[in-house]
Amino acid sequence: MVTLQKEGVMSWRRRTTGRALLGWFGWLMGVALFMYCWQQISASTTWFFVWDAPRVAEDIWSRATPPRWEYIAKLGRPIWDTLNIATLGTLIALCFAVPVAFLAARNTTPSALFIRPIALLIIVSSRSINSLIWALLLIAIIGPGVFAGIAAIAIRSIGFCAKLLYEAIEEIDETQVEAIVATGASRWQVMAYGIVPQIMPAFAGIAVFRWDINIRESTVLGLVGAGGIGLQLSASLNVLAWPQVSLILLVILAAVVLGEWVSAKIRGAII
Amino acid sequence: MVRLEKLTKTYKTGDQALKAVDLDIPEGQVLALIGPSGAGKSTLIRCLNRLVEPTGGKAWLGETELTSLSQGRLRKARRRIGMIFQEYALVERLTVMENVLSGRLGYVGFWRSFLRRYPQKDVDEAFRLLDRVGLLHMADKRADELSGGQRQRVGICRALIQDPDLLLVDEPTASLDPKTSRQIMRLIVELCQERRLAAIINIHDVALAQMFVQRVIGLEFGSVVFDGAPDGLTPDVLTQIYGEEDWEATIQKDEGRSSEEVEESAW
Repeated sequence: MVTLQKEGVMSWRRRTTGRALLGWFGWLMGVALFMYCWQQISASTTWFFVWDAPRVAEDIWSRATPPRWEYIAKLGRPIWDTLNIATLGTLIALCFAVPVAFLAARNTTPSALFIRPIALLIIVSSRSINSLIWALLLIAIIGPGVFAGIAAIAIRSIGFCAKLLYEAIEEIDETQVEAIVATGASRWQVMAYGIVPQIMPAFAGIAVFRWDINIRESTVLGLVGAGGIGLQLSASLNVLAWPQVSLILLVILAAVVLGEWVSAKIRGAII
Repeated sequence: MVRLEKLTKTYKTGDQALKAVDLDIPEGQVLALIGPSGAGKSTLIRCLNRLVEPTGGKAWLGETELTSLSQGRLRKARRRIGMIFQEYALVERLTVMENVLSGRLGYVGFWRSFLRRYPQKDVDEAFRLLDRVGLLHMADKRADELSGGQRQRVGICRALIQDPDLLLVDEPTASLDPKTSRQIMRLIVELCQERRLAAIINIHDVALAQMFVQRVIGLEFGSVVFDGAPDGLTPDVLTQIYGEEDWEATIQKDEGRSSEEVEESAW
């Protein structure tokens, strides 16, 4: 902000001339960097395959349509598994996420010095690894199957749910808590009466949102052998059975749409 | 009933909110605490139930010395001290009845309170109190559906169901319109008389305080600068508490004047 007085007139500009020039120089450098990167990527791209892409895509499209409808009889069980992986994984994650969130929230943690960092570490380590990678690890440990999928989804979701929940806990209205403390309530009663009612809407929203995400994530877990419809997908891709692939994609789409619809309904009912 | 001896609170920032306050409140006395913002009114009443920890001095409630209590004993002492808040501080997502019954939390165990299985006599008392403040028909409404005046009545019920010996009231009318403010003040004072309750009412509306209480304490920078009957609040005294201002319009007028004039001048 610059205010200048020149010939009796107070002029005002947002930046000084020097700062404005600096700003333009910054933009120039940004554009130059973008162009340079573009050139590098272009140089290391085999453009023949890119120019070829529309033809290949059209080829796959023609092979994949129409979907092989009678294959659906074999998909009932895998899609059911997928939904179960998502639902059970979310429920297990919530059981762990709630205590972790209370330990991580600044206003409820028993010790900000020792316990809070541990809770935050749990949250970060669970969040930083994708559920597909968790599934790969867990298959190596507990063998392939639905259980590995459930565990992978659960572990990945703990951090996500705990993080959002502890942020909700930190944002509660402290005077409501004060009022409950003033009645002579015990620590647990303060939690049940002063804190829990305030975070219930956030909790419901987080649970449903994560369930929604998990339905999508659990569809791909089968690719690495952790059960569900992804197993069929990888099998069909391996033998280039494109009509089956297209049907599986349609089924996944239907499941995700169903999940979105259910979660929207639940969210509307609770909040 | 309540006795403060050199009660002191120094915040970590070095601000002295209370400077060795001495105070004696007999049983059944309703007392108004006035003073400018930041004078230490809130700190004073919060030091009594130790929502704020005093840093020095002593405070007695009856025979109990409050500042040295262990956590367990403090919880027991808090049951005897009801508190009413400026922004009502109801748990918004619980029902009116749950909010009133939460005043009994110090008396019932965790699982009983968690499952909302309160003893029948507590439930009876809750209904009786709600009836007394005219909110019986609202018992099952959620607290956030109520108007400001109604919420403050629920807050009063929550404080009274504790069966306290002392009522701490923090700016009860600051968020209410003038008419509701009077009704709430009247209700608090009446209920205190019915139960022979001592009460400390923080209030920044001087005229309202004069209307309802027997004794006024003026606080400035954490020290008591006035202690006396409401009609002792002359312009000089108010200037001492709050600073220079034209106080004539604020002070309650003589009985001889018409009530309309008082109404106008008070607001």
